[in-house]
Amino acid sequence: MPKIRNLEDLRKVKESAKDLTAARSGGRTHIIVGMGTCGIAAGAREVMTAILAELEKRGIKDVAVETTGCIGMCQFEPLVDVIRPGEPRITYGNVSPEDVPRIVAEHLINGNVVADKVIGRTD
Amino acid sequence: MLEDLSHSILDIAENAVNAEATKIVIEIAEKLDENKITLTVSDNGKGMDEDLLSRVSDPFVTSRKTRRVGLGIPFLRQAAEGCGGFFEIRSSPGKGTSVMASFCTDHIDCPPMGDLAATLITLLLGWPDKRWIFRYKINGRQFELDSDEIVKVLGDRESLHSCEVAAWLKGWIDENLSILRLGGSDQYAQDKKS
Ligand code: FES
Repeated sequence: MPKIRNLEDLRKVKESAKDLTAARSGGRTHIIVGMGTCGIAAGAREVMTAILAELEKRGIKDVAVETTGCIGMCQFEPLVDVIRPGEPRITYGNVSPEDVPRIVAEHLINGNVVADKVIGRTD
Repeated sequence: MLEDLSHSILDIAENAVNAEATKIVIEIAEKLDENKITLTVSDNGKGMDEDLLSRVSDPFVTSRKTRRVGLGIPFLRQAAEGCGGFFEIRSSPGKGTSVMASFCTDHIDCPPMGDLAATLITLLLGWPDKRWIFRYKINGRQFELDSDEIVKVLGDRESLHSCEVAAWLKGWIDENLSILRLGGSDQYAQDKKS
């Protein structure tokens, strides 16, 4: 019989996680997954879970993961935006779960944009 | 594509969010001895008038023009009706929408459930400001998740954006669902014996 996790354990997880309220105010990296209808149909949920798994695996804590609705670029779904403080907002298109480790390792950790996946850049 | 029910639930829940719902209830009820599973998604959003209602549930009019209302509803309707179940959508302007679909699990065309936990954490993390209530019932026993309770434990809604919290919640949901399923089948076996 597996040990049943209870919500008390969640409190501990939260306490050990970095304070994301600070991330909201712009000081941290944000990852935003497009979760509109065609995004979902194109596999955005799988991309989202792959991102969570990769961040967890690498112990990256100070990232806020969010979703957004339709941003009107159906043909490029799934879409993932990465915003690092003080850098342009990068939009990746046609992202598959297999692309996620590369984006996390290259962009989030090393600070190098994964050029072949970029479809937009906003300053 | 929306090849399983968990994807369809995500899509319908996203419709509810777009309809400005503040509370969304997702309920799945399994009756093992009848091989029946019923899914209900109800919201308190702005609802639809009859015209829109008839358009969203007709798979043949889900063209690019109506894409924003979702592929999930026609998929769910076809899936339910295709396996001997039924589909119903009720909505009234100002009152919200309720989508109900039932499935015969022993029918060859019954879609698989898919990764429910992934759908739920996507909803919690994507729209932490909504109240999400999820109930999974098997033969009357149930697992319930209420996002307000989770937020109470966390202390704030922003923490739902944390990957550690999301990962923990996914494990917690998976665990509870598998316990429910195990217990459910035991229960079933015992019911059969007695
Ligand atoms: S969901 Fe349609 S373009 Fe993103």
